[in-house]
Amino acid sequence: MDKVLKIAVFALIIKPLALLMLGINLRGREKLPHTGPAIIAANHNSHLDALVLMSLFPLHSLPKVRPVAAADYFLSNRCLAWLSVHCLNIVPFNRSGQTEPGQLFATCHQALDNGDILILFPEGSRGSPEKISKIKKGLFYLLKDRPDIKVTPVVMHGLGRALPKGEALLVPFNCDVIVGDPLPESTDSVAFTRTLSLAFAELLPYCLTRHDSE
Amino acid sequence: MTALNIPPHASAAMLAVVGLLLLASASRLLLAAKNPSTDYTELRLRIQSWWWIVGLLFLVLASNTQTAIVFFGFLSFLALKEFLSIVPTRMTDRRVIFWAYLAIPVQYYWVSIGWYGMFIIFIPVYVFLFLPMRMVLIGDTQGFIRSAGILHWAVMLMVFAVSHIAYLLTLPVKNPNAGAMGLVLFLLFTTQFNDVCQYIWGKCLGKHKIIPKVSPNKTWEGFVGGVLTTTVCAGFAAPLLTPLNQSQGWVAGLIIGLAGFVGDVVLSSVKRDLNIKDSGSLIPGHGGILDRLDSLIYTAPLFFHFLYYVAY
Repeated sequence: MDKVLKIAVFALIIKPLALLMLGINLRGREKLPHTGPAIIAANHNSHLDALVLMSLFPLHSLPKVRPVAAADYFLSNRCLAWLSVHCLNIVPFNRSGQTEPGQLFATCHQALDNGDILILFPEGSRGSPEKISKIKKGLFYLLKDRPDIKVTPVVMHGLGRALPKGEALLVPFNCDVIVGDPLPESTDSVAFTRTLSLAFAELLPYCLTRHDSE
Repeated sequence: MTALNIPPHASAAMLAVVGLLLLASASRLLLAAKNPSTDYTELRLRIQSWWWIVGLLFLVLASNTQTAIVFFGFLSFLALKEFLSIVPTRMTDRRVIFWAYLAIPVQYYWVSIGWYGMFIIFIPVYVFLFLPMRMVLIGDTQGFIRSAGILHWAVMLMVFAVSHIAYLLTLPVKNPNAGAMGLVLFLLFTTQFNDVCQYIWGKCLGKHKIIPKVSPNKTWEGFVGGVLTTTVCAGFAAPLLTPLNQSQGWVAGLIIGLAGFVGDVVLSSVKRDLNIKDSGSLIPGHGGILDRLDSLIYTAPLFFHFLYYVAY
């Protein structure tokens, strides 16, 4: 039932909104993973990030595409929790630090075992609009036990202006979605965050909405 | 059947455009067969997109005037959004930009009721004076001047200028063989024809660069050859599709030829300033909507006011 709901929400609301109200400058669509288990690592500026990324997938594969989202925020009130769980089918992630270290990624592992494509924001938070914050090491530890899983880096730009943190009014802007090649394997967490930062830095110049006239 | 309401000259013009597109598709296939090693993907996408644009436009024009006005309003929205997404604006301008978007339905409403006086001053007077006031209420003075300038320029180009295409549809019909859509077809076709002619003349004879700093591919030969060809052809097309006679059609062609070039290089300068090649990726093979609308932003108001002065 939830599957149908999710497909309907995307077909009727989110896909048209993303196409007409926002507009996406997409580059490298063919590099997006078609089948799971896989991970998409994107930079984070806005609540719209996950929705826009998900809207790029064909409807039939949408049930498998799930954003990893902070439980402390998205499950905080009933209404938001209902939307997050039933319409988006998020993978809840507890970032408060109270969970046992071994259990931290339990929900993610479960989803990957299930063959899902996870959308993950390794910066951990939206941060200040349109700036890439320091990449956290969490993703490396999630991958440590699963070397077979490909991580596809994606850089997004522009959505921080359409709907920044703390704003409720959506103002239409085009956004860039630049998909990169899967990351090579890394041996330690420092090397991993460096590889991912480099991948982001390489993709950023393709963004049209960066207006670097200086 | 609404489709049967197309006046004879307008449907002839539409058929001619479809014929040209068929010719383009056929030449592309021929080229690909001749040089199997060359990659013609870009050309294929470009022609394919042309089919979509032309199909959509003809469908809209053949439906009814109100639908066509909504369509051009939506075109304004896409253009304004694309422009404001690539130019520098401040985070504090978001709410002002929201008001700028709201100017679109209002402007096209004036078009739909045919209130010429309001249509012609709404953006240059009311929106022009209102947007800076809204900015003051937000209170961010750092970069105020630049933002006020960018926003007004954006609304003038993408809403005011583009809405002139739609107003052609509300003008009283003076050439019943072509109808109101004849004017739109004439403007769009001549503008596009001019772009193509300038390109072809430049490719064949181009030697002397005209503005190397902005557009290294634009030459005097292409410019002059294109404008002359457009002028001559517009003289033949104008009596068929518009209330203009042949010599007035020549003037209209000259205006469209010159203005189309200027629109093209003005938008090129914007992209060059921002270090980008295309303004978006909405139309496969063409780039963004502004990459297709650039000449039209200049030709639409200038053709409109020439026509309005001479024939109304």
